[in-house]
Amino acid sequence: MGIELQNITKNFTGYTALDNISLNVASGDLIALLGPSGCGKTTLLRIIAGLESADSGKIILEGKDTTNLPPREKNVGFVFQHYALFRRLNVYENVAFGLKVLPRSKRPSKSEIKDRVEHLLKLVQMEWALKRYPSQLSGGQRQRVALARALAVNPRVLLLDEPFSALDAKVRQELRRWLRKLHDEIHVTSIFVTHDQEEALELADRIVVINKGKIEQQGTPQEVYDHPANAFVYNFLGNVNVFHGRVHEGVVTLGGHTVDAPDELKSTEGKTSQTFVRPHEIGISKIRSEGNDLEGTVREIRLLGGQIGLNIDCEGFEQPIDAEIPRELYLNLQLKKGDRVFVTFNKVKVFAGDYEI
Amino acid sequence: MSTPLLSQGTPPVVRKKISDPLPVRMLLIALTLLFFIGFVFLPLGLVFAQAFQKGWEFYLEAVREPYTIEAVKLTLTTVTIVVPLNAFFGVSAAWAITKFSFPGKAALKTLLDLPFAVSPVIAGLIFVLLLGSRTPFGTWLGEQGIKIIFSTPGIVIATLFVTFPFVARELIPLMEAQGRDEEEAALTLGARGWQIFVKITLPNIRWGLLYGMILCGARAIGEFGAVSVVSGHIRGQTNTIPLHVEILYSEYNFAASFAVASLLVFLALTTVVVKSIIEKKFQKNSLQH
Repeated sequence: MGIELQNITKNFTGYTALDNISLNVASGDLIALLGPSGCGKTTLLRIIAGLESADSGKIILEGKDTTNLPPREKNVGFVFQHYALFRRLNVYENVAFGLKVLPRSKRPSKSEIKDRVEHLLKLVQMEWALKRYPSQLSGGQRQRVALARALAVNPRVLLLDEPFSALDAKVRQELRRWLRKLHDEIHVTSIFVTHDQEEALELADRIVVINKGKIEQQGTPQEVYDHPANAFVYNFLGNVNVFHGRVHEGVVTLGGHTVDAPDELKSTEGKTSQTFVRPHEIGISKIRSEGNDLEGTVREIRLLGGQIGLNIDCEGFEQPIDAEIPRELYLNLQLKKGDRVFVTFNKVKVFAGDYEI
Repeated sequence: MSTPLLSQGTPPVVRKKISDPLPVRMLLIALTLLFFIGFVFLPLGLVFAQAFQKGWEFYLEAVREPYTIEAVKLTLTTVTIVVPLNAFFGVSAAWAITKFSFPGKAALKTLLDLPFAVSPVIAGLIFVLLLGSRTPFGTWLGEQGIKIIFSTPGIVIATLFVTFPFVARELIPLMEAQGRDEEEAALTLGARGWQIFVKITLPNIRWGLLYGMILCGARAIGEFGAVSVVSGHIRGQTNTIPLHVEILYSEYNFAASFAVASLLVFLALTTVVVKSIIEKKFQKNSLQH
């Protein structure tokens, strides 16, 4: 096992940041800790690195109990959200830092350090910048140097705290793919923290969804996306339409539209429920195809890159429904504002209760 | 750093200045100039005019007089002890306040300004009351053959107190702005406390530290009130330059008094020049991060 966390709890004055978290990460895996800001994911990462201490619980890294070790003996690589490069040292010195501060008995020779630094900088494609200072590099370049610096000490595990969130969208996406490729080459057990579900879905081997100091669900991106364990996970993993209603005779009524309640809710007559529909799982047509269609009016049309976003007022619904349709369909339908359309829900998910985001 | 900065996205926008009307500008400039002439240039000029009133010969004699030389020596000794000590205290205090959280931190930060708020005379009196020969502690020290009040150690202690805040006040905002990220990164990379301080923290604060030390030194050279209380004004032994100036003046030896005072002015001007050089360097450095 690469990382084993057992019953980690951390309280700050007034609130519980982490509530009895247990988590196992297989050696060589890349794990995403996904959750809204303030959910405790960064605190968890800092506790693993020893930058903060847990009130209780145990941390085992690659088979070694590191719970009570000081941070410099934990041997973890940490990549910070705002890079935290040493501004007075050039790129070479930044990467060499972890090797140069080793006690003399463990410190590699000068030429070994040079070889290692050059190798790492080649790995992160920054070998051209040896003599540059952090202020002379772009955000993406800085973060790659920070990664090389963290890897220089051969860490047991690599921890990345929102590594791409300070970068602009284009660079973020590039770096994301690049990190995935790099991880496939070096296989160091890694955890990265993010609040961006797209980043987690694209990059991670497994996703751990955290909310209010607790793990809501963990699994592969596919599992988590397709079979969300609860309303929070469903909601957090992408855009969604939420409809409130009650279970009545085993079905939930949405406007004029009925949906079968899930098995566990069938017998709970009158229970409040929430029905979720993702915008891209909504069908739009100009002709009524079957009995269960909803009729609505297009209020707004938005261009979302390859998709078209529609905002539709439907009869019997308090709030307009968001739908996303492919561009081609949009062109075929020749949709305009104010058009009458028929809406079908291709996939719906019903959860019990009045869950609040 | 000869290569151009890559990460600077857009060059700073040069905005067309929106100016106040001409008469307003003229008035403000004239006022500033008048103030400067009346309160800075004129008095400074007078100091030198008085100093050279009786000619070069007299000036050199006054400056070379043994008591004056002793006063200069004592002032320089005090500065060489006080500045490094306060640099050390200042860095420790700034480090403690910005990098740790502990109970009473806010109070400590406020108390740091106390030496500025308290009148220097009172600062001097505090030490007389604490260490003077009539207090139990002072008596005990006397029995050990240690004399503090009316001697060099007293002058050093009083100056230490008065100039304590300069370095810390310079460093606290700087270190707060820089945050703990770099130190934390160094920590996860396996560095020990002193390695982090020497390799990361110190280089990051060096200009601010130097700036604070210069201000501290300037004040230490010129300190009058606190030192006057603890010194005892023994010529050739416990007279610093400002005290010596005062003694000469009260003896109606104006030319000599101003000659020695011109030394202080000269030291002050040097400090201001060095300060402005460092300030420029400091600004240039704080731009890159």
